[in-house]
Amino acid sequence: MVLWQLFKTFFLVGLVSFGGGYAMIPIIKTAVTQYGWMTAERLTNMIAIAGMSPGPIATNSAILVGYSAAGFTGAIISAVAMLLPSIILVIIVASFFIKLHHHPIVQSIFYGLKPIVTSLIIYAAISFALSNHLITPNISFRTITSLLIFGFSLFALVKLRWHPLHVILFSGLVGVTLYS
Amino acid sequence: MKEQWKKLFQLFWTFFKIGPATFGGGFAMIPLIEREIVEKKKWLKNEEVTDVFALSQSVPGAVAINSAAFIGHKIGGIGGALAAMIGVSLPTFIIVLTLGISYFYIHDNPKLEAAFVGIRASIVALILYAAIKTAKTAIVDKTTFFILLAGVGALFFIHPVLAIILGALAGIISSFLKRKWGPKNKIAKDKEKDQSNTHDYWWGAGI
Repeated sequence: MVLWQLFKTFFLVGLVSFGGGYAMIPIIKTAVTQYGWMTAERLTNMIAIAGMSPGPIATNSAILVGYSAAGFTGAIISAVAMLLPSIILVIIVASFFIKLHHHPIVQSIFYGLKPIVTSLIIYAAISFALSNHLITPNISFRTITSLLIFGFSLFALVKLRWHPLHVILFSGLVGVTLYS
Repeated sequence: MKEQWKKLFQLFWTFFKIGPATFGGGFAMIPLIEREIVEKKKWLKNEEVTDVFALSQSVPGAVAINSAAFIGHKIGGIGGALAAMIGVSLPTFIIVLTLGISYFYIHDNPKLEAAFVGIRASIVALILYAAIKTAKTAIVDKTTFFILLAGVGALFFIHPVLAIILGALAGIISSFLKRKWGPKNKIAKDKEKDQSNTHDYWWGAGI
């Protein structure tokens, strides 16, 4: 049952994953909540681990969610499910020599699709900010320091041009210092 | 027959070596692909690689995976596509799974959980950063800005996949309307912009 849920979910994710993995987070989060595979906080941890590893973040997240839900088999099923739409479409497009990206209808689709992808990523940020208590009515030591870590991370990424891995590791160190 | 298997294995192994480079996003593979596939093996030319990367963004899925599959297909047909795709995915699959298993093994550790409280805060920043990068190439005019705002609002009510479909529709409809109603010289300008775009990488986040 779980394996089928995993397959369905990640096949769908693989089918609509235009514009990079972060836009897929809302879809993954919806499924995780719907099927009760794990808590939102655990999912954020999974995404963090996915971000620490080479490879596309969506595929990495699929592997981790799959492993968490159904062990090694779950991981493989999730990965295969996500890759299946890609391989099928690549073979079709390549076999028929379709120069998709030159086609005007395709360009029109992406004209609208790219903003929506941005919306998805913004929504993912808001959604995670809420589940991880960055936006909350209760003000505590944790929320204030979390906001500071968030702020500094954003600054480090945008202005200081730190590599995401360094930002994650740095935040981890700060976390250990502050919260243990 | 043996030649074919040899080529498939070479494809698999070449992309297996490139796999870990996908750390900075799929486009980080480009220099490595150029070195291995264009210079060393002489399987493709540079322009073909650029074309593949542009095309990979029109097919759903990660750029890294799709590009590997396209290149594999060019060189070795369907088998080549599979060999390349599995090759590029296998190292990261193993690494991620190892990290994941390690996490589950020691997730009770209070120091680790403390670290993750900090890490979770930075992940929100990372996601927001990806949004900013994507917005730079996605939001080019008032229409796209409107679609962005409408999209964020809608996502609180509808399923993400429905939003994606509606976004694609909005793109088709607004492009059609712009072409119909826009002044003649604006259409010429847009055509110029479209043609230059096909050689750029569309997606800012490049992940």
